[in-house]
Amino acid sequence: MIEEIKLRLEVSIPGCHAEIILNGSPSGQHSLLLDPAHAVEAATFLRDDAELRLDYCSNVTGVDWLQTEHSQGYLEAVYHLYSMEKKHGPVVLRLRTENRTDRVHLPSLTPVWRSAEFQEREIFDLYGIIFDGHPDLRRILMWDEFEDHPMRKDYVEPDDYEYEPTPHDDVLTKAKQHAMRQPR
Amino acid sequence: MTSMTTAPVKKEMHEDLAVDGGQDELLEISLGPHHPSTHGVFRMDVVLDGERVVKLKPAFGYLHRNHEKIAESASYLASMPYTDRLDYICSLTNNWAYALAVEKLAGLQVPERAEYIRIITAELTRLVNHTAMIGFLTQEMGASGTPLMYAFREREKILDLFESLTGSRMMCNYMRFGGCRVELPAGWLEQTKKVVEEFPRFLDEYEQLLTGNEIFMARAQGVGVLKRDLAINAGVTGPMLRASGVNYDIRKVDKYGIYDRFDFKIPLGEHGDVYDRYMVRILEMRESLKILNQALRDLPQGPIMDPKTKIRGFRPKPGEAYGRIEAPKGELGFYLISDGSPNPYRYRVRPPSLINLTILEDMCRGYSIADTIVIFGTVDIVLGEVDR
Amino acid sequence: MDQKLKIELSKQGIVTTTLEELYNWGRKNSVWPMTFGLACCAIEMIATSMARYDLARFGAEVFRPSPRQADLMIVSGTVTKKMAPQVVRLYNQMAEPKYVIAMGACAISGGPFKQGYNVLKGIDRYIPVDVHIPGCPPRPEALIDAFMTLQKMIDEQPLTGEGRPRHLDPGAPSEFVVPRYGAHDLEPPNNPQVFHILNNVDSCEAGGVDDRGD
Repeated sequence: MIEEIKLRLEVSIPGCHAEIILNGSPSGQHSLLLDPAHAVEAATFLRDDAELRLDYCSNVTGVDWLQTEHSQGYLEAVYHLYSMEKKHGPVVLRLRTENRTDRVHLPSLTPVWRSAEFQEREIFDLYGIIFDGHPDLRRILMWDEFEDHPMRKDYVEPDDYEYEPTPHDDVLTKAKQHAMRQPR
Repeated sequence: MTSMTTAPVKKEMHEDLAVDGGQDELLEISLGPHHPSTHGVFRMDVVLDGERVVKLKPAFGYLHRNHEKIAESASYLASMPYTDRLDYICSLTNNWAYALAVEKLAGLQVPERAEYIRIITAELTRLVNHTAMIGFLTQEMGASGTPLMYAFREREKILDLFESLTGSRMMCNYMRFGGCRVELPAGWLEQTKKVVEEFPRFLDEYEQLLTGNEIFMARAQGVGVLKRDLAINAGVTGPMLRASGVNYDIRKVDKYGIYDRFDFKIPLGEHGDVYDRYMVRILEMRESLKILNQALRDLPQGPIMDPKTKIRGFRPKPGEAYGRIEAPKGELGFYLISDGSPNPYRYRVRPPSLINLTILEDMCRGYSIADTIVIFGTVDIVLGEVDR
Repeated sequence: MDQKLKIELSKQGIVTTTLEELYNWGRKNSVWPMTFGLACCAIEMIATSMARYDLARFGAEVFRPSPRQADLMIVSGTVTKKMAPQVVRLYNQMAEPKYVIAMGACAISGGPFKQGYNVLKGIDRYIPVDVHIPGCPPRPEALIDAFMTLQKMIDEQPLTGEGRPRHLDPGAPSEFVVPRYGAHDLEPPNNPQVFHILNNVDSCEAGGVDDRGD
């Protein structure tokens, strides 16, 4: 089914490149990687097409892929779409930024599906992807003066491990590091 | 901040709002995060024109407990107790949603007896949640706690069942990947049958007090109307969606577990107002009792855990999966990305309460503050889920 | 006062007491909590005030929403860094004598969410806590036990001298500094007046508790 959707997208929207990303797990939920330039058009097509009618955007997730030897690292937004009218799904869309540092803009799909409003704000807050076209892009879970993007893999949390009564596992490691940093 | 901090706001700051010619000052109020009527630490920035709400922006994050970040440094099984604390009133359905997602990711099969037990516990949880929600709704309408006392009386009976089955009243931590944690204790089925037999009498008592009550109807009918198309586009799910007339229940659509063997109906509303949402929940409780009766009658013998599941060293193959269930509040989904290690690479919770809040502003515009509190009560949010 | 003399006199119909006993008896039997539920423990707090585990029979008749009218703040649930300034402000607005019960593992020390970047590791970093209740969530009976412990503490407070309640001691602080939102963390991260790190227990040098459970 995902191949048909890819073909129809590329036929209906000239210039749109969609790539199928296969999923290794037994769940069989393969995803479609869209290019950011045509994402809004593709989303509108998917929502209004008579056969698909994907009118319900269920879940918008942000993912942080670190730099590896194959790629320079990027941030990703994953959309899970279902159809309330035809009762099928899920169709998984992916949008990727160019890198993790400065070119982190993606088009917002909130004008197409209103359910993405709060979830895209959360991705902006916790990952730092800037969604162009979002009606109200500001921090949602952390306070406004906060400056980091905490869900990134390279986030360093503040050191408040002064006193740990029964530390173990991760917390023990962090408490020991805190103790080593203190002047004796 | 305590309940209301007010500052008169000049009209220029809100030029985009259509205000009556008679009023020339708008009042901006910050309602919360500590307020007697919110379901937890939730704040709303409300702009009022006299008594009518003109603009409403929800603000939350006061209970953001970093569940997703902690799950990235913990193993799959270690995140199971944290899922209890998401929607802390219904912990067993949260467990099931997570177990379902991991079972999709790793391709595990669940034996039949475990499926029946899962459905029994999930429907009991639905009863617990809906009674608590209606109790809180009546308290917000001003009933000063009396229906809440009745609701909690029934809730305590079901919590006793949970305690004898799982060891804890609220944070049950009962599902495992591939089945359930422990076998049913002796006598549990008889106790459950007794509770399920007595429950319809409580529902009748409640309906007698509330459904035809003039004050309740005057406060609930025509208030907070949500239209079909907006509900679908905004991703609203659960009883809120069905009260607006959309027939979408994941138990019937996805047929997860063995729900296709049970005979139950989906109640739908017509107008999408507060009264419809209340009625949909009462009718859903009656359907849950039907499912419970069928499940308790047909429960087979057998193992409760897939024998091929590895408890220690659980490493699913690299890939991703999205698993969802019909939780009492809406669609609860878990999205997991695995990279072959014992910890998930990305662990995401799709919270129904957060998505249902998207259209709070649209529902509340034009009503007074007192109605806003009531409408907010029917959205039925739990902050543990909204903020995670 | 000699107990035997007291009992003898009461057999004759003469009731004796001290001002301290009477004052504290009045205070401890009408401690009104504030409705301050943050998370899961709040549901157990509500269940404690419901018909089965009635908290009203201990004097906590009404839960007042306003801090100006309450005596007791039951911090039930995880205190996050975003919520912490509000908690301290509410505490400052309560009138003396005021007490704090930290209910649940999260309010004592951060609980299961201790590693979170937004989680405050215990409300006793900013305000003084009188009773701690362990549990996740603690049972309603545990909350009742904590309430009774608080009542015993109030009963034993002398009216003069060392250990008297703060409202009779003009020098004792009753308002504490409210933390501000900083760029990466709250400022200050804790209040040294209140948060006393035990100096003679160095958890890291002692090795803590490792996986073997030693």
